[in-house]
Amino acid sequence: MSQRKTIDARGAFCPGPLMEVIAALKLIEIGDEVEVWSTDQGTVKDLPIWVDKVGHKLIETNECDGYWSLVVEKTK
Amino acid sequence: MTKKILIVGGGLAGTIIANGLCRQLTKQIKSGDVAITMLGTSDQHMYQPGLLYIPFGKMREAELFRDQRKVLDKRVPYFIDPAKNIDTDKKEVTTDSGKTYTYDYLVLATGSRIMPQSIPGMAESAHWFYDLEGARKMRSALDDFEGGKIVVNVNVPHKCPVAPLEITFMLYDYLTEKGVMDKTEITYTYPIGRLHGLEPVALWAQPEMDKFGIKYETFFNTKEVDPDNKTITSEEGETLSYDMLVTIPPHSGAEVISSSGLGDGGWVPTDKKKLLMDGTTDIFVCGDTTNIPISKAGSTAHFEADVVIDNLTSILTENRWARDYDGKVYCFIETGMDEGTYVWFNYTTPPNPGPPSQMIHWFKLAYNRLYWLSARGLL
Ligand SMILES: Cc1cc2nc3c(=O)[nH]c(=O)nc-3n(C[C@H](O)[C@H](O)[C@H](O)COP(=O)(O)OP(=O)(O)OC[C@H]3O[C@@H](n4cnc5c(N)ncnc54)[C@H](O)[C@@H]3O)c2cc1C
Repeated sequence: MSQRKTIDARGAFCPGPLMEVIAALKLIEIGDEVEVWSTDQGTVKDLPIWVDKVGHKLIETNECDGYWSLVVEKTK
Repeated sequence: MTKKILIVGGGLAGTIIANGLCRQLTKQIKSGDVAITMLGTSDQHMYQPGLLYIPFGKMREAELFRDQRKVLDKRVPYFIDPAKNIDTDKKEVTTDSGKTYTYDYLVLATGSRIMPQSIPGMAESAHWFYDLEGARKMRSALDDFEGGKIVVNVNVPHKCPVAPLEITFMLYDYLTEKGVMDKTEITYTYPIGRLHGLEPVALWAQPEMDKFGIKYETFFNTKEVDPDNKTITSEEGETLSYDMLVTIPPHSGAEVISSSGLGDGGWVPTDKKKLLMDGTTDIFVCGDTTNIPISKAGSTAHFEADVVIDNLTSILTENRWARDYDGKVYCFIETGMDEGTYVWFNYTTPPNPGPPSQMIHWFKLAYNRLYWLSARGLL
């Protein structure tokens, strides 16, 4: 069973949601997931670009009540 | 019964909290109702922001240090005996020397540390200024540097989010003054799609770098360094060659945090407003060691410490919660050798840096001295 770690990065201006995701991915096993909550619309644009460049997998993008939730699976 | 407060870590956060509590709880400490103890790793307290100036010979090493016992209130027994295991069920901490300290309230302030060894080839071949030994080596490398390719490489996570930009602009000024900038190419790499985590700072930095001819690579997370061929490669597949590699290595929290099972990577899961370790009411967490998605900086540690002091004091004297942390962070940014700017923000107010000025640079230089008042809790 894969594990999912959730980061509540709503209102996190610095270092910001994507940097939190990158740091969190370093600490989990391949196949596990990181879910990030972000109020920054930039994350919705940047995170998929980065995930694509590195080769991880974007599993979900959901618009919630005033924030976005994105889930990334670590693939390598 | 004496209420025992045990502070693990005698850096900025731990020291401000200890000194602040001594002032707030003077009567209770005198009567023996409250006792505060601190565990640390060294008899010296280091002013870490000063490390930025060491590679350029702009600060002497001795200026970075003060005797920790002099910075700390005399009423706090300080033991240079690092915590080895923290048992939150038994409410006790055992140390390297084998002693056991029990507590009613625990303050975790063990900070963060650089981990260049976590990236293949980095420790052997890169320069950094995030500890004294690294800053010294970088100073000699800069003394000998006569031109070539410099890569300033930023990794995640790291403390002091503005230091990477500061070192880049200071390198430019230093090399220009030395007369070798025309034979030098500086490339700055950053992990995300812009030049800094804070969007307005990134928007300001880009035209500044363009103006000075400083190159940049975004979405660059270091995979490995090849010391023989002098190249650095990113997870995203880019390879850059260098003559001198300056890195901001990835960080971890303290070993004792992860080995005691308190948090992966040494980062303690912490309530972002209460600053209590998740699921506890007796363990406060302050400074770099929290897992709060916020800048790991001295100003963060300071604002958080003030909240911890207020809450511990209120709990011990009035059995009530005083106030929540609002996420405030304030940073000076050196934009070269003689100009600076600043930025502040909290959980609800976005950052908005002003234009760089010489006056703000002088403020930062003044703060380099005022730090000691701030650690004593007088600022
Ligand atoms: C080059 C550089 C430039 C910087 N510039 C700035 C700046 O301009 N502005 C700014 O706001 N911040 C700056 N910072 C960041 C700032 O110094 C840190 O964020 C701040 O010191 C964090 O405080 P802390 O108490 O959490 O950690 P620290 O001050 O690092 O203290 C942690 C302490 O815990 C001790 N410890 C660790 N493990 C144990 C153990 N097992 N038992 C007991 N003790 C232990 C350590 O020895 C250390 O003394 C800079 C940092 C660096 C390196």
